[in-house]
Amino acid sequence: MNLITSVEEGLKKNIPEFNIGDTVRVMVKVVEGDKERFQPFDGVVIARKGSNTKETFTVRKISFGVGVEKIFPVHSPSVERIEVLKKGRIRRAKLYYLRGKKGKSAKIKEKDRGFTVKALNSAVANQDLQAKEEQPVEPQNTETIQ
Amino acid sequence: MIGILGKKLGMTQIFSQDGKAYPVTVIEAGPGCVIQVKTLEKDGYEAVKVGFIETKEKKLNKPQAGVFKKAGLTTYKIIKEFPINNLKVGEFITVESFAAGDVVSVSGMSKGKGFQGVMKRHHFSGGPGSHGSMFNRAPGSIGASSYPSRVWKNQKMPGHMGMDKVTVKNLKIIEVRPEQNLMLIKGAVPGPKGAIVEIKKEE
Repeated sequence: MNLITSVEEGLKKNIPEFNIGDTVRVMVKVVEGDKERFQPFDGVVIARKGSNTKETFTVRKISFGVGVEKIFPVHSPSVERIEVLKKGRIRRAKLYYLRGKKGKSAKIKEKDRGFTVKALNSAVANQDLQAKEEQPVEPQNTETIQ
Repeated sequence: MIGILGKKLGMTQIFSQDGKAYPVTVIEAGPGCVIQVKTLEKDGYEAVKVGFIETKEKKLNKPQAGVFKKAGLTTYKIIKEFPINNLKVGEFITVESFAAGDVVSVSGMSKGKGFQGVMKRHHFSGGPGSHGSMFNRAPGSIGASSYPSRVWKNQKMPGHMGMDKVTVKNLKIIEVRPEQNLMLIKGAVPGPKGAIVEIKKEE
């Protein structure tokens, strides 16, 4: 096995499937003195860049009338959790055109065909549970019928 | 001082506990086998010769192979000397001599760039790109006239660039993985992937 990938492998996290155009909530770990808390950052994913552990995504929101963008590394320990709030229907890989737009023209249509956000989030939660419960189960004795 | 030989595997990025991302160079370092000990009485100074990367005996010539035969060791491809004084022949220098947080200097041969002009090789500023200028990337004057009537030594001119021995000092070790012989050093080190580098730590 490539030794570099072995270094990177240990840093990967189990993250939900999300795409460009989706509205997400990113829970960011904030350290204040010796206290830790989680700060949510809601917005639209306008770009996803890089591969492997170097992957980052950009989230854009309008805060008090001012556009704010934050770039998060996907596998960073300070990104505690990513929740998908809405799936977007988009036709671009990078949504930089949103930067020049305001109000209704900056809106992204929601993806609706056979998709529920709830199902996606619960699927990830199930995966987490399965990963925890994954313990070696002894094979059951099967009697041969003659 | 402690030194070790390693193979540069490439760069990647890792996260610390508090979420900071560090650019790291991954180096497969050691184990290096001590093949000769130089002493003050015999050689005038104290040092050890260290072999790295095992190889077949038939790949070496007879004088080289003889060195290993005399010491009763397996043959190694690369030999380097380090000023270390407390080791014996046959002992190994491993990555465990280093720990996270240590400050090291790393030397190696830099990437070869071939024959290059003065702008790339010596950072000359060059001339204007347009407006009828015909002085674009040329070196310009290389000296005065009747005195000295020759070109001074070490005049910066075009020529071969790269493949020089380069040392980068004060690099910090982020992590050591003894079971894989891996060392993660913050920042870049000289040379291409697969290059042999020397890692030294002052004590």
